[in-house]
Amino acid sequence: MRDALLTVRDLKIYYRTLYGYVKAVDGVAFELRDGEVLGIAGESGCGKSTLGNGLVLLKPPMKYVGGEAILDGKNIMALSQKEIKRIRYEKISIIPQYAMDALNPTKKIRQIVDDLLREHNSSFEEKRELIEERLAIVNLSKKVLNMYPIELSGGMKQRLVMVISTLMNPDVLVADEITSALDVSTQRSVVQMLYEMKEKKAMKSIIFITHDLAVLYQIADRIMVMYAGKVAEIGPTEEMVRNPLHPYTKMLLASLPKIGVRFVNERLKGIPGYPPNLLNIGPGCRFRERCPKAFAKCEQDPPIFDLNGRKVSCWLFERGDER
Amino acid sequence: MSFLVVQNLTKEYPLGLLGKEKLKAVDDVSFEIERSKIVSLIGESGSGKTTIGKLVLRLLKPTSGRIVFDGKDVFSLRKEELRDYYRRVQGVFQDPFSSFNPIYKIDRVFDMVFEEFLPEVKASERKARIEQVLVSVGLNPSQILGKYPHQLSGGQLQRILIARILLLDVELLVADEIISMLDASTRVDVLNLLGDLKKRGMSVIFITHDLSLGYYISDEALIMYRGSIVEMGDTEKVFRNPVHPYTRMLLESVPEVGKKWDLRERFTPELIGGDSASCKYYDRCPIRERHCRTAHLQMVEVEENHKVLCLKAGA
Repeated sequence: MRDALLTVRDLKIYYRTLYGYVKAVDGVAFELRDGEVLGIAGESGCGKSTLGNGLVLLKPPMKYVGGEAILDGKNIMALSQKEIKRIRYEKISIIPQYAMDALNPTKKIRQIVDDLLREHNSSFEEKRELIEERLAIVNLSKKVLNMYPIELSGGMKQRLVMVISTLMNPDVLVADEITSALDVSTQRSVVQMLYEMKEKKAMKSIIFITHDLAVLYQIADRIMVMYAGKVAEIGPTEEMVRNPLHPYTKMLLASLPKIGVRFVNERLKGIPGYPPNLLNIGPGCRFRERCPKAFAKCEQDPPIFDLNGRKVSCWLFERGDER
Repeated sequence: MSFLVVQNLTKEYPLGLLGKEKLKAVDDVSFEIERSKIVSLIGESGSGKTTIGKLVLRLLKPTSGRIVFDGKDVFSLRKEELRDYYRRVQGVFQDPFSSFNPIYKIDRVFDMVFEEFLPEVKASERKARIEQVLVSVGLNPSQILGKYPHQLSGGQLQRILIARILLLDVELLVADEIISMLDASTRVDVLNLLGDLKKRGMSVIFITHDLSLGYYISDEALIMYRGSIVEMGDTEKVFRNPVHPYTRMLLESVPEVGKKWDLRERFTPELIGGDSASCKYYDRCPIRERHCRTAHLQMVEVEENHKVLCLKAGA
């Protein structure tokens, strides 16, 4: 097994509100291995974006409540502002969900890149060759460097941010819903470009966050499914898709439309009910109210059980096999 | 007999300050819809699918062409006829949160339907009718009525809007990306709801960018590219035997669990060219030939109920 690059243990990131804490990431644990693409899947409000953003840019109203995320021997959740500034971008970087809006509209692209690199003891000139090489991967001409953000289309800006955020060759790249706002044909090209960047060592490992399991299937080596702020299941992509363990993963996979299945012949089923409100939420499995297999024990928090490399947080697997 | 006929529909938007240049959002589009059918309009952003929906709902006026509903031209309807039209044709849109006025309770949506379209229904009967339609879209009336929009989820709000359609017993629903904001676990149920409505005799124009959803629910599929329908017909035929190179490219890029892409392959679909060629897909087309630039394009029937706008379709 490859070494862990990032180890997350019992991580808790809450949102502080007038009424109490919204427990968006509540006791999440996983490791990101060197060279892998770890996909994080889940529905809106499951905490996947809070987790990805919290690891890189923890900002109020997000509050780090407990646990740790070890990168390079240090808990990056508990560093001073000065230390985190150095690690962020150089060691761990992010392509945010609204990458299109991440660029300062009053500056030329070249200036934006230079400013950022100077913060990290480098410069545009120093990295010129690398920048041009990376632009070619994402199918952008180097002419964009002399343009203002407004002159680029949304798709071009997104690809540009893919290049800018990885210029320091970070160990970990968090890609947060980068394919969600795109047309299907563009979606595929963006996934392929990201893969090529990784092949060319633009980053070591990727945390790829999306609500779209079908996209994740294309790029992730392993998938972590989140539900209501907790880990539901972690496992190798192919195994999880063929043989999902957690009832939530099973139902989610079964609800996906696929070519060959049409309403007139076969009816797909959704998951009845809605996710719980995470404000001041109490103990117990958070899926229990929608789960067809729930039983008495589900009133207690399930730990994450380890089944030969596959992890699942469900009492059905307390004795290893599904009961 | 088709009860909605769209004939040579064109909608141009002026471009630039003086509006001398025009953008053809919808370009000479013709199709028909029969009763009790779901027809999906599938296309990427800028394909004109939403504009067609808005034209059918009379939210926009066409530059040229006609829309005929039940024998009458939709754009020449007068007062009472117009009320009747909206009694029979309604829309539901992408963002459920913006379809509700946040300062009123949910109940108002239904009250307005009764006031405007069903004044003959007595006040005493109204509540029972509302509860009945809410139940049939899978909602519990006691959890919905009396609430404000912000207290409900997107999936619940979208179902409420469909319940409103049920109350009216609408004949044609324009559903514009109604499930793209919903989560995977709830979106299938809303789709199934459309399928059930179809069984009751309603037709649906299902506008979507998501091919797999269109495939699942619709009887017929229209594939749009930059304002034109490039391929249309029986859903199974269009998806199983795609003929237009654009449809093929789209289908290849749909992600599906269990079918892996070759990530090493270079896939660059994006180049959008000028408008000079007569085929709009010319600049991106892998099988183009010189005469595709200039020749007049016409829909060709490749098999029964399956047509394609491509010169190379018959060859």
